[in-house]
Amino acid sequence: MQDLLYFSQQLINGLTIGSAYALIAIGYTMVYGIIGMINFAHGEIYMIGAYTALIAITGLTALGLAWLPLILIVALLCAMLVSSSMGWAVERVAYRPVRGRHRLIPLISAIGMSIFLQNYVHLAQGSRNIGFPALIEGGFNFSADGAFEMSLSYMQITIFITTLICMTALSLFISRSRTGRACRAVSQDIGMASLLGIDTNRIISATFIIGAALAAVAGLLLGMYYGSVDPLFGFIAGLKAFTAAVLGGIGSIPGAMLGGLILGVSESMTSGYLSGEYKDVVSFGLLILILLFKPTGLLGKPEVEKI
Amino acid sequence: MAANNIRHALFCAIVTLIISFPILGLSLEAKGVNITLSGAKTSTYVAIVLAAVAVFVFQIFRDTFMGALGKLPNLNPLAGREPMEQNKRVKLESWLLTGIVVFALFWPFLVSRGSVDLATLVLIYIMLALGLNVVVGLAGLLDLGYVAFYAVGAYTFALLSQYTGISFWMALPIGALLAGLTGMILGFPVLRLRGDYLAIVTLGFGEIIRILLNNWTTLTGGPNGIGGIPEPTLFGMEFGRRVKEEGNTSFHETFGIAYSGEHKVIFLYLIALVLAVITALIIRRFMRMPVGRAWEALREDEIAARSLGLSRTAVKLSAFTIGAFFAGFAGTVFASKQGFISPESFVFLESAIILAIVVLGGMGSQLGVILAAIAVTILPELAREFSEYRMLIFGAAMVLMMVWRPQGLLPVRRVQITLNKQG
Amino acid sequence: MLEVQNLSMRFGGLLAVDGVSLDVQEREIVSIIGPNGAGKTTVFNCLSGFYKPTGGKVIFEGKEIQGIPDYKISRLGMVRTFQHVRLFTQMTVVENLLVAQHRHLNTNMIAGLLGTPNYKEREQKALDRAAYWLERVGLLDLANRDAGNLAYGQQRRLEIARCMVTEPKLLMLDEPAAGLNPAETKELNQLIVSLKEDYNVSVVLIEHDMSLVMDISDRINVINQGKPLASGTPEEIRHNDDVIKAYLGEA
Repeated sequence: MQDLLYFSQQLINGLTIGSAYALIAIGYTMVYGIIGMINFAHGEIYMIGAYTALIAITGLTALGLAWLPLILIVALLCAMLVSSSMGWAVERVAYRPVRGRHRLIPLISAIGMSIFLQNYVHLAQGSRNIGFPALIEGGFNFSADGAFEMSLSYMQITIFITTLICMTALSLFISRSRTGRACRAVSQDIGMASLLGIDTNRIISATFIIGAALAAVAGLLLGMYYGSVDPLFGFIAGLKAFTAAVLGGIGSIPGAMLGGLILGVSESMTSGYLSGEYKDVVSFGLLILILLFKPTGLLGKPEVEKI
Repeated sequence: MAANNIRHALFCAIVTLIISFPILGLSLEAKGVNITLSGAKTSTYVAIVLAAVAVFVFQIFRDTFMGALGKLPNLNPLAGREPMEQNKRVKLESWLLTGIVVFALFWPFLVSRGSVDLATLVLIYIMLALGLNVVVGLAGLLDLGYVAFYAVGAYTFALLSQYTGISFWMALPIGALLAGLTGMILGFPVLRLRGDYLAIVTLGFGEIIRILLNNWTTLTGGPNGIGGIPEPTLFGMEFGRRVKEEGNTSFHETFGIAYSGEHKVIFLYLIALVLAVITALIIRRFMRMPVGRAWEALREDEIAARSLGLSRTAVKLSAFTIGAFFAGFAGTVFASKQGFISPESFVFLESAIILAIVVLGGMGSQLGVILAAIAVTILPELAREFSEYRMLIFGAAMVLMMVWRPQGLLPVRRVQITLNKQG
Repeated sequence: MLEVQNLSMRFGGLLAVDGVSLDVQEREIVSIIGPNGAGKTTVFNCLSGFYKPTGGKVIFEGKEIQGIPDYKISRLGMVRTFQHVRLFTQMTVVENLLVAQHRHLNTNMIAGLLGTPNYKEREQKALDRAAYWLERVGLLDLANRDAGNLAYGQQRRLEIARCMVTEPKLLMLDEPAAGLNPAETKELNQLIVSLKEDYNVSVVLIEHDMSLVMDISDRINVINQGKPLASGTPEEIRHNDDVIKAYLGEA
């Protein structure tokens, strides 16, 4: 029973982190699906979302606001606003001018943007990590007369539910709304879509904005979960999220969700059973293995090159 | 039309405000357990507003601005001239490069120790960039984890010297070969991967190596790294004040001159120079050999290359292996220069910097890569007062370069071959 | 020389090629024709090793080659061109031809670095061979031009020259006349016939240009919707009712 509890704990932890990774991964996968480039700065967008959320929370509490749901919602909206604006701006400044050129050029531009944003926040807010108040405390505990007590915290439940809501909203948006349909059209054939009168620039901007907004949500959630933010943590999270996106098949939104969960669980299992330090090694190893046997990822469409 | 313009300009200005005000204008301060928000300096607020205004103005008058910028190249007196004739250009380049090398040989004796030290770093980056150029520029393989091979070279030397007391000269080929082997090992799993998948996997590989170096404390010393790495000797003569190894003599004693700290710095610089020149020459040769042409063919059109009998496996592996080999050279020199290495020096940012140098220099262009390496290493040193903003500027510069001149400083021109008419 | 028995290629639910058989003798020009989407290029891809056929046999010079990867088949002496010209656009015309001769060159890196006599000799031979073929297709003056900067017709000729420097036994041309004007097509006609007569190369041709096909083919195979429809001399095919129906539909 002990072992089962321990295992379940790792599983719960893994799924929690994994859901958040999935939120970030969607940003990567949508952008790649539409314009075929890796948005290296996406991790920084997530980080900025976390910082903004923290700033909002701090500001609101200082103003005397006490009702938690309101604080969280306002903070979330602020984070989403700033992140989306940042995402939009990054696309206009660093990606649109170089769209369509040889693959390396947008990549370098993206890496440059990533470095720029990291240092932007570093200079503005300092490099030390800043504590994020754990606003949602408490949870359920299970124990079976053993030493190990499994816990399912409210924070974790919040993460699950929020992620679920976001995913559902996104799916509905993509499948039902006009913009969503346009997104799908553009990601399948950008030339044709523009011939059909779709403003591809607008759709591309929309993609960045949506991805950024989801990243901001993840920023608030993980900021609370981990309890701190620092300018560099976006890079690591971004890398993991991108790994998740590739794992699941880049360009595929369900793939991003699946990849995120798998990555989260594998990290958590490694932490729980092997060693916390090597969890990244395992994640990357997993990625390499999957790509060896399925070069386009788990749910990716096999690319048949027209010869 | 004008109304649209104003709306758009307003939108951009508002976005500027949104992305700058919260982050720049409100700083988080940790006071004990609590965090408070404090306002920023007035000058910051002013700057934010000014930025928004500037964006607004720019957007309104964008067409005029862009038109004016478009006319700027005409101010360049060289713009209208025909590109130099191939033979003349090749000769000029050769002379220029030879001149640079000769100058570089005598230069260290005339300047301060610090400058020579910096120059050695530049040479290390040149080696790295030339090596990465083989993988990325010639073979078109998006390698974001190149720093791993650099690390293999450095740590091989460090570990060998720690456990077997090996000398620099022995470690050099071993480090390079081991790095090359690592390159081959990395090459295998990524054979079938397309562009961007390749990028993320190589990045992951680089990170794996760094994490292993950081955590395998028993072997690599973990975050504390490995120290006591010896400097290179000249026929058994050491350049320190006192001889460290038994059986070695001391340079300044042998030649009867006063000891100076400069000796060892200059010696290492000269070694780095020789190695860099060798690297450049070898790779230049490769570019004109079947192996180099095969790399470029693979980059241009893999399907066509395969249809002509080129084995994708062999070509990709050779690119990775050779690129990694030269990173091994650079790693050994780096280890010796620092005397001490730690995983800190082998983070992803290094890979990004080396990649930036390759792209900035114009992929495939050796002279361009050299110039870019010098620029990237030296410019931050020159602008010392801005050192806080160094990385910020570096990131912005990368974006600007890509938007403005993606083909690099000196884009490569192809080799022209004279053919004899056949019967 | 080449014998294809009952070739079939299935992609998931789609049977792109279904039971195609054909053969090519020495010094023969064989054409494969058929309406668009008939599966002709898929056949080529199967023969040249880019696809692994799901059924059937391909026998080249007595050896079974179905399933052998593309680059190995090329080394056996069977080379192909592509529907959309695939040149190494950023490399010069000459460099394109040198790459094609990779196998004839001394690829040993040490030999290359040291510049051994053997290495130099082979490089020179390759250059001479390149020069010969460039002259043959009329591109010698453009030897140092970037391949991407050639006119379309010149690119097509370069592609063929690139195949010929490998000294192949069988040449597979995928729609070589596509996009060429009548004068260029006539030149192509003469070139292909000369390849057969003067260089002892057999040619398999996918084409839509009927006058070219009828003029130079020794035999023609017609494929429709992946299935073989008819096979014979140009005369026979010209009068074959099924073929006419397939192209023009029922009257």
